[in-house]
Amino acid sequence: MTGTPPRAATAPDRAPTNLTQGGKTKAGIGESTLRPDGTLKVTGEFAYSSDMWHEDMLWGFTLRSTVAHAEIVSIDTAEALATPGVYSVLTYDDLPTDVKNYGLEIQDTPVLAHGKVRHHGEPVALVAADHPETARRAAAKIRIEYAELPLVTDEATATAEGAPLVHEHRTDHHIGHVPHPNIVHRQPIIRGNAAEAAKKADVIVSGEYVFGMQDQAFLGPESGLAVPGEDGGVDLYVATQWLHSDLRQIAPVLGLPEEKVRMTLSGVGGAFGGREDLSMQIHACLLALRTGKPVKIVYNRFESFFGHVHRHPAKLWYEHGATKDGKLTHLKCRIVLDGGAYASASPAVVGNASSLAVGPYVVDDVDIEAIALYSNNPPCGAMRGFGAVQACFAYEAQMDKVAKKLGMDPVEFRQLNAMEQGTIMPTGQPVDSPAPVAELLRRVKAMPLPPEQQWLTAGAGADVRALPGGLSNTTHGEGVVRGVGYAVGIKNVGFSEGFDDYSTARVRMEVVGGEPVATVHTAMAEVGQGGVTVHAQIARTELGVQQVTIQPADTQVGSAGSTSASRQTYVTGGAVKNTCEHVREQVLGIGRRKFGTYHPAWATAELLLEGGKVVTDGGEVLATLADVLEGEAVDLELEWRHRPTEPLDLRTGQGNGHVQYSFAAHRAVVEVDTELGLVKVIELACAQDVGKALNPLSVVGQIQGGTTQGLGVAVMEEIIVDPKTAKVKNPSFTDYLIPTILDTPTIPVDVLELADEHAPYGLRGIGEAPTLSSTPAVLAAIRDATGLELNKTPVRPEHLTGT
Amino acid sequence: MRVTFTVNGRRQEADDVWEGESLLYVLRERMGLPGSKNACEQGECGSCTVRLDGVPVCSCLVAAGQVEGRDVVTVEGLADFARQRAEGGCASGVCGTGLDEAQQWQARPTDSQTGEHAELAPIQQAFIDAGAVQCGFCTPGLLVAADELLERNDSPSDADIREALSGNLCRCTGYEKILDAVRLAAARGEQHTAGQGA
Ligand code: FES
Ligand code: FES
Repeated sequence: MTGTPPRAATAPDRAPTNLTQGGKTKAGIGESTLRPDGTLKVTGEFAYSSDMWHEDMLWGFTLRSTVAHAEIVSIDTAEALATPGVYSVLTYDDLPTDVKNYGLEIQDTPVLAHGKVRHHGEPVALVAADHPETARRAAAKIRIEYAELPLVTDEATATAEGAPLVHEHRTDHHIGHVPHPNIVHRQPIIRGNAAEAAKKADVIVSGEYVFGMQDQAFLGPESGLAVPGEDGGVDLYVATQWLHSDLRQIAPVLGLPEEKVRMTLSGVGGAFGGREDLSMQIHACLLALRTGKPVKIVYNRFESFFGHVHRHPAKLWYEHGATKDGKLTHLKCRIVLDGGAYASASPAVVGNASSLAVGPYVVDDVDIEAIALYSNNPPCGAMRGFGAVQACFAYEAQMDKVAKKLGMDPVEFRQLNAMEQGTIMPTGQPVDSPAPVAELLRRVKAMPLPPEQQWLTAGAGADVRALPGGLSNTTHGEGVVRGVGYAVGIKNVGFSEGFDDYSTARVRMEVVGGEPVATVHTAMAEVGQGGVTVHAQIARTELGVQQVTIQPADTQVGSAGSTSASRQTYVTGGAVKNTCEHVREQVLGIGRRKFGTYHPAWATAELLLEGGKVVTDGGEVLATLADVLEGEAVDLELEWRHRPTEPLDLRTGQGNGHVQYSFAAHRAVVEVDTELGLVKVIELACAQDVGKALNPLSVVGQIQGGTTQGLGVAVMEEIIVDPKTAKVKNPSFTDYLIPTILDTPTIPVDVLELADEHAPYGLRGIGEAPTLSSTPAVLAAIRDATGLELNKTPVRPEHLTGT
Repeated sequence: MRVTFTVNGRRQEADDVWEGESLLYVLRERMGLPGSKNACEQGECGSCTVRLDGVPVCSCLVAAGQVEGRDVVTVEGLADFARQRAEGGCASGVCGTGLDEAQQWQARPTDSQTGEHAELAPIQQAFIDAGAVQCGFCTPGLLVAADELLERNDSPSDADIREALSGNLCRCTGYEKILDAVRLAAARGEQHTAGQGA
């Protein structure tokens, strides 16, 4: 690749490489092309961020606060620094510039705590040593004296008179409109007249719901390697979701121009929103620049629970009304999200929770309010489903309640109120692409149900492995009841509310060894979603080549935006497509110049690149790409944007805030041991509209993975924060449970493809929608089995047995 | 201390090993074999699974000193291991990855579609073909565990597969495609056996 300036630092011994795919590979979009990084990943050769390795590297370690809210009276690092093998110990006082905070939207997060700590696990000091254990032991010798401060832990303590302010000197742009400085952001959505419309209701149903704090629990820990450069800059190899967003936050703290912080994406072991904020990036760079040596930091699992933001826990109050014939009259709701100590993505989460609070239903009269709190709880931010998940949990419980009160079938009731293309959202935005909500429900309901009592084996009695409680052998089927539940959800795709959501792609086409080859270079973070596969498919489709090389993502190419909000295939996929189209035009231009005089079709026909050749739309071959490109290369880097969106009005919430919506529906079948309160999810069927499945195999994999994360929050996942101390009680995989293969049922998936005419290839972002509806579907099924109300996630045995 | 053991069929020595170092650390950071993954280092996720004298273990829970004189197979050696098993065993000490080779470790670009440049164990190819790899961080541990299952039981039921893999967490896939992969490898194994007329 030309145009890559020489590195100022020595490259690590283990670092990301190009991924080349060609040969007999099934080609273009719509095919279940296999991953180009698959072989590396199954042989253990794929270079994840925690595998980065440099000849003479040091290990960094972060010392974190043991209390949630306290003044730091003193820090004594002398003994730590004197430990043999320790190269550096850094605190707030060692930060090189006046920029000492960072943040996605609001720069309120300290690189290292200064003056006080605001949550349990906040980074206070850094150590670099020649062995990770030396670094850990030295950190334990740092003496910190804390003077504890009163805690803000919920809405009541946050807004009480005389409440301590989590951020006493706020200057961000939300401070002008929030009712209290301990509220990060507030978004009302008022449309029609909910109070008036409520008078038309024959039934009114209200409920209060509690959504627990979920963790992304990606398996690859936060980690990376910073290598100091001879030019005073630094090369950073790291797992992240958005290189350029990291860069924008890192460079000012280091006091370096952005060109001197060269970032390369290293292998990412899952993300799910948890890598949108910085974790060890600045810390590793500071240590590397201070010691002049490469520094690697790898969090262990305990630290990982403190190293990234979590899903906002929420309290939600909902009131719906409906007429006797089953039409929703109005919605009043209030959603309180706990953002924890730092803002992270809270403002955007509030925007999503409020604008999607009504769900995929037609309700003309709404009175919605969502807020996010500042508190001394762990910081919360982005996680798959982003604000829409919490709302979906509540509105779907409400739909079942209203249907029940009306004596209607819950699916028919939803279908009766389902939105469709043309529906006006509560924000006033018309839905201008297919919105097959009723159809998805119909499809998921039409799937055959799993047989009853599958655990009964012929002759041999019960196979306990298939029963609630599994191998712990707690039941042989007595007291086990089955329930079935449904849910559907709506998620926005891409960044909303006026955000300039663009991506950049560089595409080069040339002849190598007599073969036309395309090289795609973007800064897209491949976090497991399969973007690298899809980019190669797009290049093959648009350029008619077989062999495609995907370069490692880095900051030598323009921003790709974040791998989040279900946007990456849409936006960076769109950028690759767009750049390929321009490359194709230039290739055809070269062809016209070289061969145009030989055949009139060069000037008159619509020309395509297919199978390594230039062909007319009638299929006539004009030249091979090898002949056209011989000796020449086309190399373009272009930005691409989706349709612009608008901010929501701060008072009424009106505005065309979202660019696209995605929809998924679930049916859950559960069996509950009512005596022991144990739940076994038997099946979790999903129907989702994906617009166009660019890679059907990956699409189904994404849907199944998202579904399983929703299942987790329904029955087991929760970070437990002690309300008295605001300390995290379960930061380990022993105590924070994620679904195993035994907890996860079969997940049949029905993929619907109704093209969105505004999107590249008609595609629809898919990653998040299945996470929304799977949780309420499981809850609905457990309610169906037990007759209990159940308004909190996760459902625990004590909720089912009343103990 | 010095620890001497066999990794993927080759005798290896690690010097200056701390008492507290795990087998996982020694493999990843001293032997240049980063394939075994460090997702929890608590024995909860199975990402670090290796075979120790044939038995699948969480290498994060094994103290390095415990492997003195013993035999370890990691994901890096899985293809060789499976091939030798198919061929009826390995003349010990000459097959597998050497320490020099291991420390020269470099990701090499390959074509995963065709597997042209790589020789894979059947279970590895099945994971690719079934779409069981997303971020892939859980994959090495799952492969070692699944390969051991198929060694014991060449036509496992779904319940058998779930039981055997219940110690391996995956956060991305929802496990369905992992089940598919193990079923696929088992089915291909049967075809293969049938093809040999066995
Ligand atoms: S890393 Fe060993 S079990 Fe998780
Ligand atoms: S594929 Fe990411 S954890 Fe399994």
